[in-house]
Amino acid sequence: MTARASHRWTRKHLLGLEDLSAEEIRYALDTADSFKEVSTRSVKKVPALRGRVVVNLFFEDSTRTRTSFALAAQRLSADIIDFSAKTSSVQKGETLIDTARNIEAMGIDIIVVRHPAGGAAELLSRHVKCSVVNAGDGAHEHPTQGLLDLYTIRERFGKIAGLKVAIVGDIVNSRVARSDLWGLRKLGAEVILVGPPTLLPRSFEQLGARVVYDFDEVVGEVDVLNMLRVQFERIKTSQFPSVREFTRLFGLTGDRFRRCKKDVFVMHPGPMNRGIEISSEIADGPQSGILTQVTNGLAVRMAALFLVTHGSGG
Amino acid sequence: MSTLLIKNGTIVDPSRNFQGKADLVIRDGKIGSPLGPGGKPDRMLDARGCYVVPGLIDIHCHFREPGEEEEEDVASGSEAAVAGGFTTVCCMPNTKPPLDNEGQVEFVLRESERVGLANVYPVGAITKGREGKELAELALMHQRGAIAFSDDGSGVADASVMRKALQYAQMLDAVLMQHCEEPTLAGGAMHAGVVSTTLGLPGIPAEAEQLMIARDLLLNRTIGCRYHVCHISTAGSVELVRRAKQDGLRVTAEVAPHHLLLTDEACRGYDTNYKMNPPLRTASDIAACIEGVKDGTIDCLACDHAPHLSEEKELEFYYAPPGVVGLECALALYIKALVQPGHISWMKLIELMTVNPARIVGLKKGALAEGAEGDVTVIDPEMSWTIDPGQFKSKSRNCPFGGWQVKGRATATVVNGQVKWQLVGK
Repeated sequence: MTARASHRWTRKHLLGLEDLSAEEIRYALDTADSFKEVSTRSVKKVPALRGRVVVNLFFEDSTRTRTSFALAAQRLSADIIDFSAKTSSVQKGETLIDTARNIEAMGIDIIVVRHPAGGAAELLSRHVKCSVVNAGDGAHEHPTQGLLDLYTIRERFGKIAGLKVAIVGDIVNSRVARSDLWGLRKLGAEVILVGPPTLLPRSFEQLGARVVYDFDEVVGEVDVLNMLRVQFERIKTSQFPSVREFTRLFGLTGDRFRRCKKDVFVMHPGPMNRGIEISSEIADGPQSGILTQVTNGLAVRMAALFLVTHGSGG
Repeated sequence: MSTLLIKNGTIVDPSRNFQGKADLVIRDGKIGSPLGPGGKPDRMLDARGCYVVPGLIDIHCHFREPGEEEEEDVASGSEAAVAGGFTTVCCMPNTKPPLDNEGQVEFVLRESERVGLANVYPVGAITKGREGKELAELALMHQRGAIAFSDDGSGVADASVMRKALQYAQMLDAVLMQHCEEPTLAGGAMHAGVVSTTLGLPGIPAEAEQLMIARDLLLNRTIGCRYHVCHISTAGSVELVRRAKQDGLRVTAEVAPHHLLLTDEACRGYDTNYKMNPPLRTASDIAACIEGVKDGTIDCLACDHAPHLSEEKELEFYYAPPGVVGLECALALYIKALVQPGHISWMKLIELMTVNPARIVGLKKGALAEGAEGDVTVIDPEMSWTIDPGQFKSKSRNCPFGGWQVKGRATATVVNGQVKWQLVGK
């Protein structure tokens, strides 16, 4: 395992998918494959990261991603510490860099960071000596979500190249959409972004996506639908007028679902608003990959922690 | 009687359209008649191989005093100015507290005098506290010596307040320098475009600048106050100013070095040394600004020297304050952007940095005619050097041009006939 890692993964940090090559992405997915099996054992542990310390440095609310990383670390036999910004010195005005350096001084190997500002993970990586894994920086990237989405699609279809994947909703504010876009394009899928113009600038076309403002125009041609969570704050900033109108135009209703391909695969990064961007029956139905995404997330995060540890020559 | 002789240089004096080898004498702080035969100066500067030009003027700087003296103060800002070849600078009122009353204006003028390096003139705020709601005491500040008025850092957002400001300032024949940015389109961290989309950062659209320029030009149509657009940055803005000038409207404009050399692509990597307001735009905006400089739409060059400490800049891109220092490398950067590629001549460059800014703020400076104030800059146009913010006289180091190889540097700065700065080793 170590020998392969040094060939195909030499990165000390995982900050985003934009700068990864297709080969590196495939390598990460293959590594996740080998870790997926661990979660099915009765003793769900491998010693790969024994003795290492991983810190969850979360400046934004998150239960599922934080728990996912914590479990991933534990399954690799690493020690995990949770650091939630609300209960910390950040309230007293400490900067991101100082917070991280102070924690690092206690002797840690990986910082998993989630932060509301784009570029925060990159900033951190320039000021600490340990590895940094980006768990979501503002609207910029959420690489492990991108990887688990790719993994889930690959698992379902056996491939990614040639598939048509639509990402629907609040694209401009979505780090998930961006990471998915990079990953899917690099592995040869066609990406269709859907939403109102106020949440989906045309400049995304220059990043290799098809931009569509009429959901019904594409609903019958896609293999995968990734529905993003509707954020109600966007009503206050006039990016759409009401939940009712948004659901009518961009929600995956039963009606729309019936016009999809017979075997369309439905995904959602969670947490979802039932009955708004996605109807309950679809979310809970046989074509939903939502819970599989969560399961795969664990394997992918184990892979991420493993790769940055061994990629830095550690 | 103290005499300074600057010899062997090539004088470039745009006010007389004169460029030629000649010696320059400054007697008791004023440009004087040539020395007679046998006349011996008290001091001599050898300007061999150099241009001898009227003292350079920058009408847009931030000196952070009072209130943020750790970043910069009038003293360190003046040192930075003369080290960059500037004999006169104007400092903006977004200090803490702001320069919105005659006491503050007097303070800056007295500090400038006490420090005794560059001439520092304060720009007074247009509105009380720079809040954009009520007019500040423009007349009292004007009488005390405020050189112009601006709420820079922000534009005056309320059209009715701006209208009254134009009317009132017109009475004083004072110039209003506007930071053009529609506040409801502001709040972004960089230019709104494909790069901001990629980085997931909120963007400031070009229209935010253009809207306020268009509004002010319309408001000023029937008022005719002297109106100046600060740090112009978009092609659309340049076009608005161009057409207004063609229509005979009273408007001037300045451009900063970073808007002539850097695009928003520089923001990839989230280095906050590339965060300014207005933000770095696109290559076509740079081309339009250069065209504007060439055809006279843009009247002068001003570096918007904006010091920030490293702990202020070393934050997440969105939270870092915008702004970069510039006094000590501006000249070389203008040469790089405008002269070296052949867009403008040396005469035109000096005009943009002397006669024109002086005219905009109403200073009797920028010329080397006999009797004029003895502000002179000696420039070595061939000197190659590397910009090193670690060597700046400014207290701050926030500069995107560190490591840049440039050509052209001021080697001596003379204010009121006294050599205030000389490049060591020359």
